[in-house]
Amino acid sequence: MTSSPDHPQPTSLLDLFVSFTLLALQGFGGVLAVVQRELVERKRWLSKEEFIEEWAVAQIMPGPNVVNLALMIGGRYFGLRGALMALAGMLTVPLMVVLMLAVLHAQFAEVPAVMGALRGMAAVSAGMIAATGLKLAGALRKHPLRWWISALLALFCVIFVVLLHLPLAFTLFSLGGIGVTCTYRVLKREHP
Amino acid sequence: MSQAPLHLVLTLGDWINLFAHYLLLSLMSIGGAISTTAEMHRFLVEEHHWLTQAQFNDAIAIAQAAPGPNVLFVALMGWKVGLNTGSYLAAFAGVAVTMLGILIPSTTLTYLAARWGHENRELLGVRAFKQGMAPVVVGLMVSVGIILGSAHRDWQQDWKLWTLSVVAGLLIWRTRIHLLWLLAAGALLGGLQLV
Repeated sequence: MTSSPDHPQPTSLLDLFVSFTLLALQGFGGVLAVVQRELVERKRWLSKEEFIEEWAVAQIMPGPNVVNLALMIGGRYFGLRGALMALAGMLTVPLMVVLMLAVLHAQFAEVPAVMGALRGMAAVSAGMIAATGLKLAGALRKHPLRWWISALLALFCVIFVVLLHLPLAFTLFSLGGIGVTCTYRVLKREHP
Repeated sequence: MSQAPLHLVLTLGDWINLFAHYLLLSLMSIGGAISTTAEMHRFLVEEHHWLTQAQFNDAIAIAQAAPGPNVLFVALMGWKVGLNTGSYLAAFAGVAVTMLGILIPSTTLTYLAARWGHENRELLGVRAFKQGMAPVVVGLMVSVGIILGSAHRDWQQDWKLWTLSVVAGLLIWRTRIHLLWLLAAGALLGGLQLV
C-alpha cells in the first residue's frame, strides 16, 4: 500500500476486478468519464487532482488510455497483481460482450429499435464526456499556474483538436510542453 | 457469422507476422490504439487481404457501440481474421494474438513508467510533468465530448440528439444521478425512435 491513507481504497483484488468490470460495462463510447464518476466521485479512491495526474501519464504513454489508467490505479494499491487484476476487470467481460455482439451483428443490424437505442446511448455518452471535462476544470483552480494560463491552454487544446484536427501527439507535446515548463518554473520558485 | 467473405489459409508464419505487427503498433499508439487505425487498415486490408473493407468498418462500428474500452475493436479484427479461415478456434486465436500484441508492449512501458514516477514523485520534474499536463488533459476531455457529440449531426435533422447530449451533460455536471439511468433513458428514447 503506497497511497495516502486519508481516502478509501479497494478492499481486495476481487473488489478491484469487480469495480473495473462494472465501470467498463457502463462505458459506451468512452470509459474514461465513467472512471472519473465511479472512482473519484463515488468510491473516492482518487482525488480529482490525483485522477488528472494519473491520466496525464496514461495519455502520454503508448496504448489505450483507459487500459493504462486501470493498470496504474490497480498498481497503486496492489502492485503488479493489482495492475493485472484491474486490467483483467477492464477487458474480460467487455471482450465477451463485444464478441457476442459481433456474432449477433448480422441479425440485429437491421432492427431500427436497436439502432435507435444505440444512437440514444451514444448521445448520452457524448454529453457525459464533455461534462466530465467541465467538472475536472474545477481542479485547475488549485493548480500552481494562474487560472487564466490553464484556461488558455485548455482552450487552445480544444481548438487544436476540434477545429484544426491537428494530430494528438502534436497537441500533447506542444501545449503539454508549455504547461509542464511553466509549472516547473513556478514550482521551482516556490520551493527552491 | 456464417458468411465468411474470404477463405484464408494462415500459416504459422502469418500468425507470427500478425502478432509482430501488433506488437509494433502498440508502441506507436500514443493517444490510444484508435490512432493507429490507418496503419491497421493498410496492413490487414490492403497488404494482406486478411479482412474485407466491410469487415474492417464493422469491427470499429461494433466496438464503438458496445460497452467497454474502445481498444476492443482490435479483438474484433483478430476475431474476423480468424473466422475468415473458417473456424471458431482460429477466431479465438486471432483475438488472443491481436490483443496480446497490442497490449503487452504498451502496458509494460506504462507500468514501469508509473512505478518510476511514483518512486520519484518528489522530484520537481515529475511533479511539474504531472501537474503541468492538467490543462491539456481537461481540454482533451471536452474535445472528445464535442467530437463524439457532433459525429452524425446536421442540426435540422438531429436537434433532438444534440438536446439529449446537452441535457445529459448538464445532469451529470450538476447532479449525482447514476450514469446507468441516463444511458437507459437514452436507449429508451432512441429505441422508441423519439430521438
